[in-house]
Amino acid sequence: MVALNVNGKSYDVNVDPETPLLWVLRDTIGLTGTKYGCGIAQCGACTVHLDGEAMRACIVPVSEAANRKITTIEGLAENGVLSKVQQVWLDHDVPQCGYCQSGMIMAATALLKSTPKPTDEDINAAMTNICRCGTYQQVRAAIHAAAKA
Amino acid sequence: MTGTATLRRRSLLVAAAATGGGLSLGFGIPAGPARATQVREINAWVVIHPDDRVVIRIARSEMGQGSLTGLAQLVAEELECDWSKVTTEYPTPGQNVARSRVWRNFSTGGSRGIRESHQYVREGGAAARMMLIQAAAAEWKVPASECVAANSTITHTPSGRTTTYGKVAVAAASLEPPKDIKLKDIKDWKIAGKPVKRLDTLDKLTGKQIYGSDLRLPGMLTATIKACPVHGGKLKSFDAAKVESMPGVRRVLAVDGNAVAVVGDNYWAVHTALQALPVVWDEGPNARVSSDTIAAMLREGLDAEQAFIGNKAGDAKAAIAGAVKKVEAVYSYPYQNHATMEPMNATALYTREKCEVWCPTQNGEAALAATAEAAELPVAQCEVHKLLLGGGFGRRGRSDYVRQAVLIAKQMPGTPVKLVWSREEDMVQCQFHPVTQCKLTGGLDAQGNLTGLHVRISGQSILASLLPQNLQDGKDPVVFQGFNPGGAESAFGYNIPNLLIDHAMRNPHVTAGFWRGVNTNHNAIYMECFIDELAHAAGQDPLEFRRRLLKPKHLAVLNAAAEKAGYGKAPPGRFHGLAQIMGFGSYVAGCAEVSVSSSGKLTIHRIVGATDCGVAVNPAQIDRQVAGSFVYGLSAALYGECTVKNGAIEQTNFDSYNVLRMDEMPEVESVIIPSGGFWGGVGEPTIAVAAPAVLNAIFAATGKRIRSLPLAKHDLKSA
Ligand code: FES
Ligand code: FES
Repeated sequence: MVALNVNGKSYDVNVDPETPLLWVLRDTIGLTGTKYGCGIAQCGACTVHLDGEAMRACIVPVSEAANRKITTIEGLAENGVLSKVQQVWLDHDVPQCGYCQSGMIMAATALLKSTPKPTDEDINAAMTNICRCGTYQQVRAAIHAAAKA
Repeated sequence: MTGTATLRRRSLLVAAAATGGGLSLGFGIPAGPARATQVREINAWVVIHPDDRVVIRIARSEMGQGSLTGLAQLVAEELECDWSKVTTEYPTPGQNVARSRVWRNFSTGGSRGIRESHQYVREGGAAARMMLIQAAAAEWKVPASECVAANSTITHTPSGRTTTYGKVAVAAASLEPPKDIKLKDIKDWKIAGKPVKRLDTLDKLTGKQIYGSDLRLPGMLTATIKACPVHGGKLKSFDAAKVESMPGVRRVLAVDGNAVAVVGDNYWAVHTALQALPVVWDEGPNARVSSDTIAAMLREGLDAEQAFIGNKAGDAKAAIAGAVKKVEAVYSYPYQNHATMEPMNATALYTREKCEVWCPTQNGEAALAATAEAAELPVAQCEVHKLLLGGGFGRRGRSDYVRQAVLIAKQMPGTPVKLVWSREEDMVQCQFHPVTQCKLTGGLDAQGNLTGLHVRISGQSILASLLPQNLQDGKDPVVFQGFNPGGAESAFGYNIPNLLIDHAMRNPHVTAGFWRGVNTNHNAIYMECFIDELAHAAGQDPLEFRRRLLKPKHLAVLNAAAEKAGYGKAPPGRFHGLAQIMGFGSYVAGCAEVSVSSSGKLTIHRIVGATDCGVAVNPAQIDRQVAGSFVYGLSAALYGECTVKNGAIEQTNFDSYNVLRMDEMPEVESVIIPSGGFWGGVGEPTIAVAAPAVLNAIFAATGKRIRSLPLAKHDLKSA
């Protein structure tokens, strides 16, 4: 049994402690907003927050996430109100297929928390997520807009 | 098809519409008769709720390109409905079959979504509007000609009486559809042609959006698969006993004679077991093939006697032989993987009477046919529920993963099985962008005029790989995208008196397929870089040299891109490169602005794209397609190469198949110059100009002419 706290809710999951957090979130708990893209920490589609810090859930063994505060894309909006980052994403019409966007939003949220007014260089360093649809320009504009909001 | 069948289908659709999008999932449909009497399908494209909500049906697949929104704009424009009340839903391929293909083509590729359905979807919207007006007029006992509709409200002009679509929908639905439908003049558009926001954004921001790989059905198991890494190879044996007792593993199954799947409780369990499973392949003779043997095979074709002719004028060989100056160069283009962010997946539920599939697909009807074939059931006993695609780029036009899911589910009747490919499987079992080489030979006269050009393409045919039945006496006409003598699809842009463009088909065993941009990707590199070479050989500026040769619409986009970029006035240390092509019915051009440091570091600062797509349905989404196309094309140019060793593709994930990310993203500017009178696609054409514009700019910066990709292989350090 591993005790998890996801988006403020407690779960006791009966899985091999080596199982990547990504698959526990998706298959065991049923939170499918966190995506699988590569499984080797390359693409960022699986980005979640562990104690507020962006992590790639595909390489985090679930045992390491035990008793820490896990936030997924499903946990950003509060009482149906979009978070600031989600709202600017909506205003800027950022997603194309959308598959990478959970990870993008989680990475951007963590960036803006640690660096409220990021420069382009800060964005380049923090946002290494892959988007095959090519939304990078909209993502950058949305992050700058969120910093101003 | 009988009348009752139609009725049943229609009421099912109506009921489904009442659930607000339940249709595409195909389950959880409460067929509440009370609601079904109020929610009305006016025609195949339009459903109206009593509270004026409008559901517009979209037959083409949405994979990020935005045509779901664009098509809805076209219907809504003619319907004269309130755009803020519009939602969309997919009819299923099975319903399309049952209703005599009332939604026509579901196939979503070749940037065809809007350009090949704008006429009939607008007519659908217009017909629905006319029926709604007719119903209101009948209720008021006034002539329909005295009534107008706007914003979902119908007004009887003489009396000022009004009603809404929701109130007359029931009456409208029973009317005969009108025969004479007149579409609005484009200049009167209020919703179409405008940069409205996408309709499908919100759920993508909250994690609520269900992609194929997110689907969960009651009692569902998960599978993952490995097929023979050498295409054409077979499964010889596997040792199931080694993994069957691993936690969460239920079954280990042979699939289609060339693959093995593990089925179990969750993805991680089956993934771990599949990796541990001992498998023996019969790789066959292709195991001896490598990138080097493929390159040699293609090289031979560059001078081969026999070749299919795609474009011919005058006598190119004689003109080149008699030229004052002869220029020759050989280019090549490697295999590419689509690498959609969401790996391939499909969920199937098979019983002896019925087979249902839930999948992300670019071609719902092909997926339905593949389902029926694999299930060995009549099409009428099969159904496909389309889910949003986590990227398509041509990969999801093929139904190989659907077939696999059905073949697995068939071995476990009654249990829904979700097949999810690993990224590694996705990288190896692609239908790759074909490999080609190209020899170009040009002749210049004493004044530097181009008097003759021979373009010899040697390499792989997509049709030979995927659709051999579409070859024309062995010739693959698609090879000549952007090189065709004329036509509305992808004509050659240059007027050259003596021209020969031909193709020596050389087909390696690696499966080739449609990769966003298709054959324009390499054809644009070959032609646009070589035109640059000719311009320099002639001692002329590349823009001026092109201006003398280009046809008007091709030149117009090139001029637009050059002007916006400030061609010829690059800031110190930066250099410009140009490219143009016609593809997918549109004219596009690019102007890249780059710098190359003395240590050889390339920076792409800006890239301008100009697009003439005839009619622009949503400029904001076109801008995004232009930017996305540049990312896709530049990813391939900078990093993209799939190599072959011992018959198999070597790159297995993003660590060895790198792509462009945020830090290398140039500033993209898009200029849309819709010249009217035709409808061109926008999802693909711009990809083709990304690489040649950058390669030409690199030449301007360094004097180095790069003729093979990816750029990561080349040293740009100044000599
Ligand atoms: S799935 Fe975790 S980084 Fe790609
Ligand atoms: S929006 Fe499709 S991968 Fe990013």
